[in-house]
Amino acid sequence: MTAEITKPSTAPLEWEYATSREATDILDLEDKYGLFIDGEFVKPKSKSYFPSINPATEETIAEVAEAGEADVDAAVSAARRAHTEVWGPMPGAERAKHIFRIARMIQERGRELAVLETLDGGKPIKEARDVDIPLVAGHFFYYAGWADKLEYAFPGIRPESLGVAGQVIPWNFPMLMLAWKVAPALAAGNTVVLKPAETTPLTALLLASIATEAGLPPGVLNVVTGAGKTGAAVVSHEDVDKVAFTGSTAVGKLIQSQLAGTDKKLTLELGGKAAHVIFEDAPLDQAIEGVINGIFFNQGHVCCAGSRLLVQENIHDRFVDKLKRRLATLRVGDPLDKNTDVGAINSRAQLDKINELVESGQSEGAEMFQPDCVLPDRGFFFKPTLFTNVAQSHRIAQEEIFGPVLSILSFRTPEEAVEKANNTPYGLSAGVWTSKGSRILWMADQMKAGVVWANTYNKFDPASPFGGYKESGFGREGGRHGLLPYLKWSES
Amino acid sequence: MTLASQRSSILPDRITTPTLRSFLGGVPSVDDVGAAERVAALSTRSIKRESKLDALMMMIRMMDLTTLEGQDTAGKVAQMSAKAIRPDPLDPDVPSTAAVCVYPNMVKYAVQATEGTSVKVASVATYFPSGLADTDLKVEETSRVVNEGADEVDMVIDRGAFLAGEYFKVFDEIRRVKDASGEAHLKVILETGELGNLDNVRRASMLAMAAGADFIKTSTGKIQPAATLPVTLIMLEAIRDFFEATGVMVGMKPAGGIRTSKDAMKYLVVLNETLGTPWMTPDWFRFGASSLLNDVLMQIRWVKTGRYWSADYFTKD
Repeated sequence: MTAEITKPSTAPLEWEYATSREATDILDLEDKYGLFIDGEFVKPKSKSYFPSINPATEETIAEVAEAGEADVDAAVSAARRAHTEVWGPMPGAERAKHIFRIARMIQERGRELAVLETLDGGKPIKEARDVDIPLVAGHFFYYAGWADKLEYAFPGIRPESLGVAGQVIPWNFPMLMLAWKVAPALAAGNTVVLKPAETTPLTALLLASIATEAGLPPGVLNVVTGAGKTGAAVVSHEDVDKVAFTGSTAVGKLIQSQLAGTDKKLTLELGGKAAHVIFEDAPLDQAIEGVINGIFFNQGHVCCAGSRLLVQENIHDRFVDKLKRRLATLRVGDPLDKNTDVGAINSRAQLDKINELVESGQSEGAEMFQPDCVLPDRGFFFKPTLFTNVAQSHRIAQEEIFGPVLSILSFRTPEEAVEKANNTPYGLSAGVWTSKGSRILWMADQMKAGVVWANTYNKFDPASPFGGYKESGFGREGGRHGLLPYLKWSES
Repeated sequence: MTLASQRSSILPDRITTPTLRSFLGGVPSVDDVGAAERVAALSTRSIKRESKLDALMMMIRMMDLTTLEGQDTAGKVAQMSAKAIRPDPLDPDVPSTAAVCVYPNMVKYAVQATEGTSVKVASVATYFPSGLADTDLKVEETSRVVNEGADEVDMVIDRGAFLAGEYFKVFDEIRRVKDASGEAHLKVILETGELGNLDNVRRASMLAMAAGADFIKTSTGKIQPAATLPVTLIMLEAIRDFFEATGVMVGMKPAGGIRTSKDAMKYLVVLNETLGTPWMTPDWFRFGASSLLNDVLMQIRWVKTGRYWSADYFTKD
């Protein structure tokens, strides 16, 4: 039935929230950043710099050094020396003090970090402020607690640090991915050479200066900025003992083949195309919020994003209607506005990729829906997008889009839901919504995914391990499991 | 099609407790954690400047200024009505409240005090707050307050019957009170603090709307918890589902425990982002409150002058 709005006697308030912009004057940024090697910022031997831009305005925020092979070599040597002389021999309780201090300073300077994360990466300030940075501090606190308890973490073995960890992290959660990797590495007694993503290097550099202020010994944490070549130099450096990479499956495969035949330890956290399964007995309105959070959180730049929605046939139309209406209430725009729900796409290249895949979805015959929202004139933005009538064979159902684009399919039986959910080379995460406890357990058992969320989505906790099946990678980050990739042991 | 037949279009042909039970069984379940998360997320909205002032003014327009005490007197009701008509004598921009809300015996005084103004008179009825009386008595009380000039009737449902699964009894009572209300608007109080969980809140909302409620209201204010944001969200979602199924708009009134404009702002945000602009009017949304008004007045003064004024500058009525 088409319902009509009854005309009220008192005119309704058309309530536009005034802009509520987070101030950026808390930041004290340099025009040019060097590499952070052996406890200080140094000019790159490569003499090369690249701009880091604000994706919401396309303005350059700062010039950042591009580390060449000689720079990476210097960073690895510093890390090696720090491991041999200082950090390796240091008692766990002392290491813990350093990590706790960093955690506390992250909290104290949380607003600064959140603003910079939003400025450099384009994510909404409310997410950087309420999700990213609190989790970052949480990870450092959590792993600080393990530093002097490693013998108890894995009973019966005597754990030892590996040495130098080379870590390459992505641009979607610059600080959080840093925390997932740096905190357990340091707690386990390793030293680190970190390569942040080229579009989001600034918070890692800010963290380096925080670590210095916290008194972290020189060489324990080194930050080498740059693009793919710099990353390749880090992972292929012969004095690196351990490589941890988060990013695309293509690059992950390349790294694994490069490391073949070496004794470097490797963990990979790669792409995903998570199935988000909605059963007819789900709490529908909360499921809508879960789906929205699953795909539009951080503009869909989330490896575990719930990008394939599987809705039971008999509620499909009603659920899609609810979803469309909810999409229209998302506030897309200036990431620094505290009321923004969906911010800027991280880079021009990513925007192009999203556009390309969305066009393929249309030409392959899926039906597209976008709400009526006005995007800013400048910067990289993309409207929240739904596709219905999606076939399993469409590219938008197979490939990781890494943007605010949801592909919707339907299913009839739980068995069909499982078959469709697992019919992907990826296996990072999945979601299931139902009021039946038994069905949750059955689905979690059947779905080949490292994380299965039930009646919620995108929940993270430092104590909970995270990682993939199949081409989504191997190794776990977070929790006690997150220590393992940074340890070797002998039986005690 | 009449509104009444539109409403009953979602109901089974024969209305009995078993058929109503299966009707309510089709109402989507609610996940409490998810509902709490949604309102927590909406509570971080940052409302500044002109959008804040607009909202503060609307809060007053939407207010049912309430006194429901055993010690209420004609004088107290007259004083409160004066405040409802002209909340801030120093500021002509400040509008009147939507209504005053009183006990049945006070209706005649409220009618006198608000005569010739836009302020409506709402009366609680049906043996408020417990509702523990025969349906005939409740119907009789409703007729009495309407005859004395109440524009709006705030009834309570029979929570005992609802919780015991006697859905027909609840439904039929609402329907009879609605008939007795005549032209007066009927607000149906679910007393959500006694319903135990959000699934029941959603079901009771659907039952009340199908039976004829013009508004659904959270609480009497006599039971804790009274209005909460998650309960309000779930009732608004039920209103939306009902509107989509029948085309009938139903209003919402959270009542009890909303004391600060900061709290009220969160309710407006939840309303705005759940039902949207068509419901952002006193025709479809009310706050039931006694002490909220002065806090809103203080905020308005602050937004306009940039200074906080002491509580001594605002009348206590």
